[in-house]
Amino acid sequence: MADAAPPSKSRDLDKLLLRPGNLVGPSFEPGVQLRDDLQEYAKVLVVGAGGLGCELLKDLALSGFKNLEVIDMDRIEVTNLNRQFLFRLEDVGKPKAEVAAKRVMERVSGVNIVPHFCRIEDKDIEFYSDFNIIALGLDSIEARSYINAVACSFLEYDSDDNPREETMKPMVDGGTEGFKGHARVIVPGVTPCFECTIWLFPPQVKFPLCTLAETPRNAAHCIEYAHLIKWDEVHSGKAFDPDNPDHMKWVYDEAVKRAELFGIQGVTYSLTQGVVKNIIPAIASTNAIISAACALETLKIASGCSKTLSNYLTYNGVEGLHTKVTEFVKDKDCLVCGPGVLVELDTTVTLQKFIDMLEEHPKLLMSKASITYRGKNLYMQAPPVLEEMTRSNLSLPLYDLMDKVPKDILHVTGTINKDNKKSSGLRKLRVIFKGIDGVTDMDMAGGA
Amino acid sequence: MVKLDRICREANVMLIFARSYGLTGLVRISVKEHAVIESKPDHFLDDLRLNNPWPELRGFAEAIDLNVQDPVAHKHIPYVVILVKMADEWIKSHGGSLPSTREEKREFKELLKARMVAMDEDNYKEAIDASFKVFAPRGISSDLQQIIIDSCAEVASNSSDFWVMVAALKEFIANEGGGEAPLEGSIPDMTSSTEHYVNLQKIYQAKSEADFLVIEKRVRNILKKIGRDPNSIPKATIKSFCKNARKLKVCRYRLIEDEYNNPSLPELQKYLTDEDYSIAVGFYILLRAVDRYAANFNSFPGQFDGGMDEDISRLKTTAVGLLNDFGCNGLTLTEDLINEMCRFGAAELHAVAAFIGGIASQEVIKLITKQFVPMSGTYVFNGIDHKSQLLSLY
Repeated sequence: MADAAPPSKSRDLDKLLLRPGNLVGPSFEPGVQLRDDLQEYAKVLVVGAGGLGCELLKDLALSGFKNLEVIDMDRIEVTNLNRQFLFRLEDVGKPKAEVAAKRVMERVSGVNIVPHFCRIEDKDIEFYSDFNIIALGLDSIEARSYINAVACSFLEYDSDDNPREETMKPMVDGGTEGFKGHARVIVPGVTPCFECTIWLFPPQVKFPLCTLAETPRNAAHCIEYAHLIKWDEVHSGKAFDPDNPDHMKWVYDEAVKRAELFGIQGVTYSLTQGVVKNIIPAIASTNAIISAACALETLKIASGCSKTLSNYLTYNGVEGLHTKVTEFVKDKDCLVCGPGVLVELDTTVTLQKFIDMLEEHPKLLMSKASITYRGKNLYMQAPPVLEEMTRSNLSLPLYDLMDKVPKDILHVTGTINKDNKKSSGLRKLRVIFKGIDGVTDMDMAGGA
Repeated sequence: MVKLDRICREANVMLIFARSYGLTGLVRISVKEHAVIESKPDHFLDDLRLNNPWPELRGFAEAIDLNVQDPVAHKHIPYVVILVKMADEWIKSHGGSLPSTREEKREFKELLKARMVAMDEDNYKEAIDASFKVFAPRGISSDLQQIIIDSCAEVASNSSDFWVMVAALKEFIANEGGGEAPLEGSIPDMTSSTEHYVNLQKIYQAKSEADFLVIEKRVRNILKKIGRDPNSIPKATIKSFCKNARKLKVCRYRLIEDEYNNPSLPELQKYLTDEDYSIAVGFYILLRAVDRYAANFNSFPGQFDGGMDEDISRLKTTAVGLLNDFGCNGLTLTEDLINEMCRFGAAELHAVAAFIGGIASQEVIKLITKQFVPMSGTYVFNGIDHKSQLLSLY
């Protein structure tokens, strides 16, 4: 006897969540409980509210997730409008995260999205630990590296050096460039993390200085001469800001002059922007494809309703269509998702001395470090209020600050100085105090 | 699908199918013929003609002395000049032929190395790295060869602009081109003095322009011959055609009906037994099977809760029947996959639909803009482990 109950909004999703199957995830428990838990308890963070982020929010909201948060530090620009479809002309200038959240909530009933208009580094680690899955829609290596370090920082290893499942924070990462893209699943401790496979990224194109300075041959050389050499000569001290139209126009004018001098054609304002900002054109369809793949993986990871991508999907739509899955292997010596950089200390070492040591440590090279231990701020470099509050810890022995345990995990954030480049980073440290009872040789077997 | 396909093919309307079904789906283009001039491939060899220099390029190279004393000048001679001169020297001392055996190629590179007077001569390093361009066979690629011998290149009054230009190209290759396509005209960046580089660019641009003018003339003559207005193809179109001549692509798609009645057996068999892609091709078969099922039973397997076991067994029978129709007797789909297809119950998941929609829309853009090469074959999406596959079933 059929009654007039309205069809379930999740009629289609229910088929995957309520029915048992044989090609499913390892801990899949089909049933209404799963569907309801997904709605009530599953929390997903979307990092980035741009080309990928907009698509991700929509896809996740329409895939049964009701608790989403999104973080993005940018404001909407006109050039975003061809693909960041949640934004309209009248939104230009407003924060992406806020507008994106608002628009998706308007269209999908029942979903709650909390926007965060700030940098990812501005949130402390606790913020990120709240989420079940973090979905990345980022456009830079540095940002990915940072979030990867955060997610991997939660990972703990047991005494046999096996990763503990309850501390794994899965991430789904998508990236696009023109007609190409990738989607990958990162489960810290199981799959390679972002750092494990950092060699996947080709080095940035850099023109030799002598070409720029003496024998330019094409428009890009003239532009980079103006951008990298002439700017400093004329504006010494003032940083070049690629988002400042006056700066960009200055570079363009200088590039034109240089091109005329050498008889080179092809310098245009648009090329100038492209070269200076390293712009690769973005297309909506690639973003849609990659985000959809990421959202699907997020659903599968959260619910177990099917097996997951293992672990890297590449997509190329230039000539025909090519997708390929590669199973990359974790680097067991990875500084980020491994058991942590091993640091042995005397119990007398003060926090200040420890912070100074980090700068010299060959595997860390971290300056201006802030230290947290099990959620407690031992010392924070910023903001001034916190710095003042934690300053008194600097003269105390680290051993005491760590509740006198023989060994434990510490998290340090600061500026990493590697290969002449500075970037903000987070690292996990395994601190072992020398000469304490209970620290046997076996415990040190893991090594850094 | 078959009916719509026939109608669109009749009316010459481009058709693209997109389907989303549980964790699978497919995309298939159906167009009689789609010619692409601006194919813009990712990696394509530059057109330097180092294996077949024309008189002006030779002349330019001849006027430059490789043995110049000034070390700065020595290391700023572009590798194009180096290779043209060294190749010519070789030809003179080897009875008119370029290096062809492994031994000869190695020797040629040694000769280049011997001319370096310092370790930091990037131009010579570039010459050594690029020497393979000297050894490359002359003439056009087999892909282009296929296009010019195509029956459509025998043009008539109803031939498309593309084929008219191909006909002109064919004539050019057989005559003024000396077996080569028109010169593309651009050169890659290379270590060089600005002066040499800019002059070299002008030489290439001049020949490219000259080749274009010849082809343009031939195009206009052919148009006249087939009774069309000789100016009906714009200059810009012909110019673009010349620049992209080496990269032309012609895509043809069989009718869905033909694919259904006669799918490529070897292709199916290859993938059904492949460890990675058996799921994707299994889904292809099952997508056809559920349609047959729906035609017989008025619903999709698993569409309603209850009676799952019966649906599974019916779907299995339908799938086996389909495989037999294809002549794939003996090949089977796994029980797990058949169960999974019933589990889907014709559900449409947003993420899967978004993925399929993204792929299909990308292809639509390629078809409409006639830029980049559309996919050939039937794309079958595998949302379980993402080992999707493009099946060439015709």
